Amino acid sequence: MKAGEVAIVGAGLAGIGWETDSSAAEIMAAASLRALADAGLAVAEVDGVFAVTPYYWMPSVVLAEQLGLRPRATDSTTIGGASVIAHLGHAARAIATGACEVALIAYASTQRTDGGRLVTGADALAFERPYGALFPISGYAMMAQRHMHEFGTTRRQLAEVAVAASKWAALNPDALKRELIAAEDVMASPLVSDPLRKLDICLVTNGGGAIVVVSRERAAKLGKRAVPVLGFGESHDHCYVSAMPSFTATAGAHSGRAACEMAGAGPKDMDLAQIYDAFTIMTVIGLEDLGFCAKGEGGRFVEAGIGPGARLPVNTSGGGLRYCHPGMFGIFLLVEAVRQLRGECGARQVSGARRALVHGFGGVMAGQATAILGTGR
Amino acid sequence: MNENPARRPLPDTRNAGAAYWRSAAEGRLCVPRCERCARTFWYPRRQCPHCGSGEVAWLQARGTGRVYTYTVVRQSGDPFFKGRLPFVVAMIELDEGPRLMSNVIDCDVESVEIGMAVVVSFEQAQDGLAIPLFRPARPPAKT
Repeated sequence: MKAGEVAIVGAGLAGIGWETDSSAAEIMAAASLRALADAGLAVAEVDGVFAVTPYYWMPSVVLAEQLGLRPRATDSTTIGGASVIAHLGHAARAIATGACEVALIAYASTQRTDGGRLVTGADALAFERPYGALFPISGYAMMAQRHMHEFGTTRRQLAEVAVAASKWAALNPDALKRELIAAEDVMASPLVSDPLRKLDICLVTNGGGAIVVVSRERAAKLGKRAVPVLGFGESHDHCYVSAMPSFTATAGAHSGRAACEMAGAGPKDMDLAQIYDAFTIMTVIGLEDLGFCAKGEGGRFVEAGIGPGARLPVNTSGGGLRYCHPGMFGIFLLVEAVRQLRGECGARQVSGARRALVHGFGGVMAGQATAILGTGR
Repeated sequence: MNENPARRPLPDTRNAGAAYWRSAAEGRLCVPRCERCARTFWYPRRQCPHCGSGEVAWLQARGTGRVYTYTVVRQSGDPFFKGRLPFVVAMIELDEGPRLMSNVIDCDVESVEIGMAVVVSFEQAQDGLAIPLFRPARPPAKT
């Protein structure tokens, strides 16, 4: 596929918060209606449905049923928190091959209301079950520990990821944690799974989101400013922690390279990045694997700044650490990138943003999906 | 610790790992090795993830290795582990190559570090099962 053949023409969010009286399917439907209204498209025009959520065994089927749709393209692929970014690539291919014309991609969860813990379809490997590792926290903790050992990444550098997220969240009126925090606050918060502390770990909230994707030609006929999909890629190199080929590098390098090759653009061409930050170490390793810095330099990169005013603004919504985190953050990375590229982000707007890289991780750095979005200018 | 009546979560001992758990019950740590490409791997699968061969045999490991990476778990919702906080979850790199998840026991959690030499120690569980755990290969130096 070529860069820019399809575009995101609508984005919507619903149910982001601590309390809800809606189900995950209802929140997906509400976000979908907002995304379609944003695009200026009617519900009945949707003929491709892409959805993921751990709440239903057939996510795209339940979403279509909520909306009264009978799609001719349907996809409930799950690769964890990277799923919806993978769906964007799948939707792009479906549109390019004529399998559908209007693709709806959605996610929602009510994990806060359902007990305040991660709701996941993750299964336990027999060879891990007896040992009490916290899923997925301890997996990420062991990656952080190894990264610190191999590259001298410091505890403070990890904390800087959360500090930057708090600065972005302070500028985002929709963020659920808006108070500024210092590195000292992160490093004084309670240890959960060493070296990760409470403030290294994402929020647990409700919420959902949706985007609408159409061909470039169809997008040109719609009033709203379209966000062209310039590149995408997906990969994975393990499922369980026990089979991880590396504790400091991920298959994100492969999905990132595929996305960049398709876009004909590299990390240096990006005006901002949205890199899934359920844990501070994810952003550090993601920046390395996606080529924003060399392997092992991620700690120093975040210390030099990824907050407002930085050369590379990262996770401009406040991310999973401070904005919201309903279990799989991929859709919120995409929606934020779309809004930045449309110039709709108010106080946190990255001025002149023309290209954004969006990257999702699933499981314990297992599922990988990257997208590069532009402005058409 | 013994006042905690909760039991350690037990694995499903069927499938490709059945022989692993049978060996453990006999006090032996075995890892899968491909008969075709002669490489070891972890976790047990019926085909070699390196070359795809279905000729997988078991190699008895020495039971010694090093801490490749680890975490000290400080919170748990599990009744067994809740009574054992804090405890160490680690990836143990065996001398034969594979990296296994386990617990490092019989030491101060603060003394565990990457590279630490460890040796397997089987914990007897119900139903005749034995769970491979690891303890420091050398007693900690007294300071």
